[in-house]
Amino acid sequence: MEFTEEQLQRYSRHIILPEVGGKGQRKLLSAKVLIVGAGGLGCPVGFYLTAAGVGTIGIVDNDTVELSNLQRQIAHSVKSLGRPKVESAKETFSALNPDVTINAIKGKLTRDNILDIMKDYDIVVDGSDNFPTRYLVNDACVMLKKTLVSGAILKFEGQVTTIVPHEGHCYRCLFEEPPPAGLVPSCQEAGVLGVLPGVIGSLEAAEVLKLILGKGDVLKSELLIYNGLQTTFRKVKVPKNPACPVCGENPTITELLDYEAGYCSIRR
Amino acid sequence: MGGVKPDKSIDIRGLVCPYTFVKAKLAIEDMEVGQVLEIVLDYPVAATSIPKSMEDHGQKVLKVEKVNETDWVLLIRKEKD
Repeated sequence: MEFTEEQLQRYSRHIILPEVGGKGQRKLLSAKVLIVGAGGLGCPVGFYLTAAGVGTIGIVDNDTVELSNLQRQIAHSVKSLGRPKVESAKETFSALNPDVTINAIKGKLTRDNILDIMKDYDIVVDGSDNFPTRYLVNDACVMLKKTLVSGAILKFEGQVTTIVPHEGHCYRCLFEEPPPAGLVPSCQEAGVLGVLPGVIGSLEAAEVLKLILGKGDVLKSELLIYNGLQTTFRKVKVPKNPACPVCGENPTITELLDYEAGYCSIRR
Repeated sequence: MGGVKPDKSIDIRGLVCPYTFVKAKLAIEDMEVGQVLEIVLDYPVAATSIPKSMEDHGQKVLKVEKVNETDWVLLIRKEKD
């Protein structure tokens, strides 16, 4: 594939990096990434992957844009209030880089549709705001052997990890079951510093770019924890659990589960 | 070095940084290790920055020569993919 003059200009700062070059930029342009959630994390992930020229980006989300989102969800604006977040994000990202095909998928991921939605993508990024989706996405990625970059945020703290199924840990190696509904407060209940998803989402985007380029190290079997109040980063080793119910030697979860709704029951 | 025959030549006169290096880098990426790239340029900064960047990227600079009032010719041998 020959670059157009516009592409040479747009991606010049990538192309001159020894780790990227024209070859790496072509890999980015032919990569397909699915982002789960067009909220706090999905916005910066989508923004940076779009800017980087990741050729195909799917975004799945069932929500509409509300005023309370705009403190942190930077792809949306007052003009998109009331509209589906995936449409608003698609408009923003397409305006940034028309090279990128954005697939806006308005809907909720369920055990019935997730495998079909995921199958066309190379890498999945989790920016969801609830445990049922987080576990569903993890299990589906393990079953389809798709690499998953997972991020989570609350208040001033966030975490990122990269799950390469059967090579490193999965989310269930870390936390076997979701916590009981209501135990862990949601962002609506506990609050979140507006910039926090920007930090964590940018780290997720960097993981994705390195995975596509095949350069550097990713957070495989590691969890990175950022504390925004103290400005500290901490890395914790997460071993693969041989007895993991989904990626272990004798898995007990062999089909997808839909956990009871009722996690994010409090609406804004 | 005068006898080295380039395997490929690019004329990037009229271009400025960083596109001078972008074009040079893309040209050398498509070549085989051991082949020699000739670059003709007229942007003075690039006459020093391209050789430096090429060395940083592991390539060998064989020649940097000002050939007339405005133009330089560089010869770079690809050492590394």
